[in-house]
Parts: sequence; C-alpha cells; structure tokens
Amino acid sequence: MSKHAPVADWASDFDHRDARWIEDPFPIWEELRGRCPVAQSARFEDGAYFASRYAEVREIAYDSEHFSSRRVIVREKKVPTQPAPPITSDPPEHTPARKLLLPAFAPLAIARLEPRARALCRELLDAIGDAKTCDAAVDYTQHIPVRLIAHMLGVPEHDGDLFRRWIHLVLEVGNSDETVILPALQEMSAYFMAEIKKRGTQRGDDLISFLLDAKMEGQPLSDPHLLGTLRLLLVAGIDTTWSGIGASLWHLATHPEDRRRLVADRSLMPTAIEEFLRAYAPVTMAREVVKETTVGGCPFKEKGQVLLSFPAANRDPAKFPQADQVLIDRAENPHAAFGLGRHRCIGSNLARLEMTVAIEEWLARFPEFSLAEGAKVTWSEGTVRGPRRLPVALGKG
Amino acid sequence: MKTLRVRVDAERCQGHSRCCAIAPELFESDELGNAHARGDGLVPPQLEAKAQLAMKNCPEHAVRISHE
Repeated sequence: MSKHAPVADWASDFDHRDARWIEDPFPIWEELRGRCPVAQSARFEDGAYFASRYAEVREIAYDSEHFSSRRVIVREKKVPTQPAPPITSDPPEHTPARKLLLPAFAPLAIARLEPRARALCRELLDAIGDAKTCDAAVDYTQHIPVRLIAHMLGVPEHDGDLFRRWIHLVLEVGNSDETVILPALQEMSAYFMAEIKKRGTQRGDDLISFLLDAKMEGQPLSDPHLLGTLRLLLVAGIDTTWSGIGASLWHLATHPEDRRRLVADRSLMPTAIEEFLRAYAPVTMAREVVKETTVGGCPFKEKGQVLLSFPAANRDPAKFPQADQVLIDRAENPHAAFGLGRHRCIGSNLARLEMTVAIEEWLARFPEFSLAEGAKVTWSEGTVRGPRRLPVALGKG
Repeated sequence: MKTLRVRVDAERCQGHSRCCAIAPELFESDELGNAHARGDGLVPPQLEAKAQLAMKNCPEHAVRISHE
C-alpha cells in the first residue's frame, strides 16, 4: 500500500516514492522521455522537476550557477540544510573540500582494500554455507559495504546495524517524514564525536585519523566540516553499493543466460560490472534551483527541487543504443552512474572494487542460483534504488 | 600511416578512471585519481583499438586522440 496519493499523470505530478516507480521505474521514464523531457510535481515543497533524458541531466549536472548542491535529496518538506562537504558544496568551496578526500579514494589507495573485501565476502558466504535458499540482500549484499567502510573509518564492523538504521531514516523515511532526519544526524555526530575522542592524540591508520590531521588551505577542519564529511562517508558509501551489488545479483538470478556466460568467461567481468552500473544505477541525486533558468526548453523556477536522475540518463536510447537491454559485453558505455562533472562520486573506485569482488566471490561459490519459488523481491524507495529482499534458491535445486 | 597520440583534458577529467581501467598501457592516474597519458601519449599500433575504447567510454569527454 502506498502512503502517497496515486499518480495519474507522471509528467505533471510525478512521485518517485510511488509504488510503481519503486518497483519498475523504467517504463515511466521511457514514457516521459517521449512526451516531456522535464516532468514536474507540486508534491514537494517549492515544486520539483525530473529530467528523464541524458542531455538535460548532463546540462543540469554541469551547471552549478543555476543548480546548487546544497540540497541533494528531494523531500516533501525542506529541512534546514545540513552541510556534508563536498557533496553539498558549490564552487568555490567545493574544490578544496573535495581535494582533501581524493587521495584516500584514488585507485591505488582503494586497491589495497581488495584482500579485506574478498575475505569479508567469503566470511558471509561461509555463513550461508550449504543452505538451499538464502536472502541475497539480507544475508550477503547489505553487509559488504558497511563492513568495508567501517574498516576504512577504523570503527567496529559490527556497528553496521546502527549505520544501516541511520541511512534508512535519512535516505528513505525522511523523504516523507522530515522529523526523523535531525535526530538521526545528531546520533551520527555523537557517534563520531566519541570516535574522535578515542583517538585523542593517538592517531591510527584510518579515515577518521586522516581527517583529524587533514588541513584545508593551511587550517585544520572545523568540527561541523569534519562531522559533516564523516556523516557523508557513512551515508554515501553503504546503501549505494549494497544496491549496486544487489541489483547485479538480481539480474543474474533472473537472466540465467547472462549468469552462465559470465561464469564461463570471467574476462567479461569488467564490461558486465559497467553494464550493471549503467542499467541499474542506484543513485539519484538532487539539486536546488538558485537562479531561474531554462533547460530542454523547460523553465526551472527559483527554489525548486530537482531530481537529478543519472539512472534515467543511463536508459536514454539517444545516448545508449539498445538502452533497455542489458548487454554484459557492451564495449562503449560512458554511463553516468557515478554522476557527471565536478561531483563525480568520490567513492567510485571503492564501489567498483566492492561490486567486482562481491559478484566474483558469489559466482565462485554459487555459479547456479535463481529467484526462490514465490520470492517477493522488494526494492528501496526513491533516492537509492536496490533490492532490500532478494530470496534466492542456491544450486540447481 | 598516421600515428595516434592520446591525451587527457585536465579541465574535463573528473577521475572516473575508465581510461586507466580500459587501457592501463596508455593512461595512469595521479595521487588525486585524475588521469593523464603515460609518457608522450604515442599509441603503438596494437593499442589503437584500446585508445579508441578509452575515448568512447569517458563520461566527461576528457580523452582526446590526435592523428599525427
């Protein structure tokens, strides 16, 4: 049952929290691409816009003069902005805040995490053991990014349940009920304050220590900047990648020909991962209109909220031939799953590592699997899309 | 016969690392994760197809190929 009024017309009254959008958004986006490049909705404070084509998504992503990143989630009621640099930063503040983090997420730094990533995937697969069925989302995918980011931050990996609850409140419940957001953010800040205190003058080899010692333009980070960035690292790196891994496993569970091909020929893994990222891009961002403008011939009014859908851009046939087909050997695939422009996902190298390792390890253990009989797959709401329940039958059955 | 040369437009590159993944023989990333061409960027004939793929997969249109 949807708690929101049903949508009669997607072009003038879209709602990304609608049950149909959550379950299968692709036909909706296809319809919009054909008849209205920029959809609107008065369901969200100050009005919301949704661009369904690659060209407009790209134009908005590149235009920080008219579209600010200070609000990166479209909500029914706007809440006071909570800076989480650099994702919520605009130029000129954006560049130094981003540069600070980039070395920790560069390809070589991330490659060093591969042994831990592989080991934790194997631990989870060992726990599934020789079961005939499992929930691939609950028993496997949801634990992988949370444990690796905990490892990077230098906090206990078993605090994962706590992290996932905060993320659920901030990214899903909070889209319709803004009262849950501030308490969740405060709990996160209190958690990190305690971790900062633990480090005192004794630094470790972890991201919290790295940020405590970091200097931006010669100065240490202010407490709000530090806490905002730590909250960002926690929120941005977990259900996004968990969704990406889950959607990939969902595809392989429902497309045995692709699964068999990938098992038989592991050299397809890089193109397969990029194709899963394109076709099932988990992350939809947002912007706030700060200066009236026109994109795709459509006016954007000041203060409006913009749903910036990289997933929809990735399905645009004007940019990607056979856009609605998943081709695991697609050679030309300049997808926008990690965004376009200055806000390119800083964790993209980490996400790719996690997706690749998680799928490789799963297929090594369970080359044969499919959706369990009568399986009810559920998908998360709105901003980050991925399976939250994914019951599968393991083996040939 | 013309020789291909690759370069990365530093103004456009946002560090997606697609070129480095597709053609590590031709591209490498710096400590911030942004890409540049290795050495003088000249492409040996056996890597020309990889150079084209790297260009076509860059989401920011930052990879450039010139014919010399």
